[in-house]
Amino acid sequence: MIESFVQSVNQVSRYIIPLLLVGIPFYGLIFKKVKVYETFVVGAKDGFTIAIRIIPYLVAILVAIGMFRASGALDLLLNFLSPVLTFIGFPPENLPLALMRPLSGSGSLGLLTDLINQHGPDSLIAKIGATMFGSTETTFYVLAVYFGSVGIRKTRHALVAGLFADAVGVFSAVYICRFFFG
Amino acid sequence: MLNYIWFGMMFAGVVVGIFTGNIDAVTEAAIDMAKVAVNLAIGLIGIMALWLGIMKIAEESGLIRLIAKGLRPITIRLFPDVPEDHPAIGSIVLNMSANILGLGNAATPLGLKAMEELQEINPDKDTATNAMCTFLAINTSSVQLILPASVVALMGATSSQIFITTIFATGMSTIAAITAVKFLEKRKRFIIHSGGNP
Repeated sequence: MIESFVQSVNQVSRYIIPLLLVGIPFYGLIFKKVKVYETFVVGAKDGFTIAIRIIPYLVAILVAIGMFRASGALDLLLNFLSPVLTFIGFPPENLPLALMRPLSGSGSLGLLTDLINQHGPDSLIAKIGATMFGSTETTFYVLAVYFGSVGIRKTRHALVAGLFADAVGVFSAVYICRFFFG
Repeated sequence: MLNYIWFGMMFAGVVVGIFTGNIDAVTEAAIDMAKVAVNLAIGLIGIMALWLGIMKIAEESGLIRLIAKGLRPITIRLFPDVPEDHPAIGSIVLNMSANILGLGNAATPLGLKAMEELQEINPDKDTATNAMCTFLAINTSSVQLILPASVVALMGATSSQIFITTIFATGMSTIAAITAVKFLEKRKRFIIHSGGNP
């Protein structure tokens, strides 16, 4: 039953973007007499300015993440943390992914790919990893892009809250998967 | 907070790099990532333009206001500081819908539009408002009903098994995000003092 539900949800999602692209102008043109072409162009113009505006924020965040990752500091942190995590039932194999996830989307996808190739999609470790990947976000990137686009420099509690949510997502993934599959 | 984490990552990178002999890789990463950042931003222009154009049509035809009105009972609790018929609410709702449906490409432009509209009602343009932090935290907690396409591709037939676990875990992280912002926004460390800079 779950399988067919997943399939139908995935089927529906294939049609959403094309339907939105044609449905919204349809509604505007036919029901509200909006000049859809002119209006589109006015809106689209902002795409350029916003993309340019986020560049300094992205450079700042990505350079710091890149330096941290390339130095091997992540591995050091791993060695330090793994005995504690094993004690609370957190598989050490999943730790690199958990630490990488808020920092880098492509980096964490690489780690997940490696995890699934090494242990097989049926393993508990792969299932935990995939659940983790699906239930957290690249918090630093989202923060840089969203706040950067409007020039906010004082981000207050957003980062703490985002990282806390990531941590809860990561631990939930571990314990929920252990409960269902372990 | 971000100041310390940002500096801390670079500092740790250089110190560990010297210690482990990876210092060349650290240099290379810094230069590479600066280029990657620009490429990422440039790559966004086309998709941003497409969705912002469509959004403008949705706005002009009154669709956004309609959606915002429909979901007012929920959004008024999450974003009590935003006037109830403000266009930001419409963009926020659309961004979350795109996230739930796994439409990452559509979600970012809609989210940035929401940020721009939230910035309009921000008295201090340098500093994030409560509504912005709430919106960001919900976004980073990844509200999602559909598994990312990359995960489905990697997990194959096992995908349907992790569908349920992902919904559970992502639900937990979203609840955690909302609880955290609502708690933190009133702490002395983060609160905005009316009229002056914190």
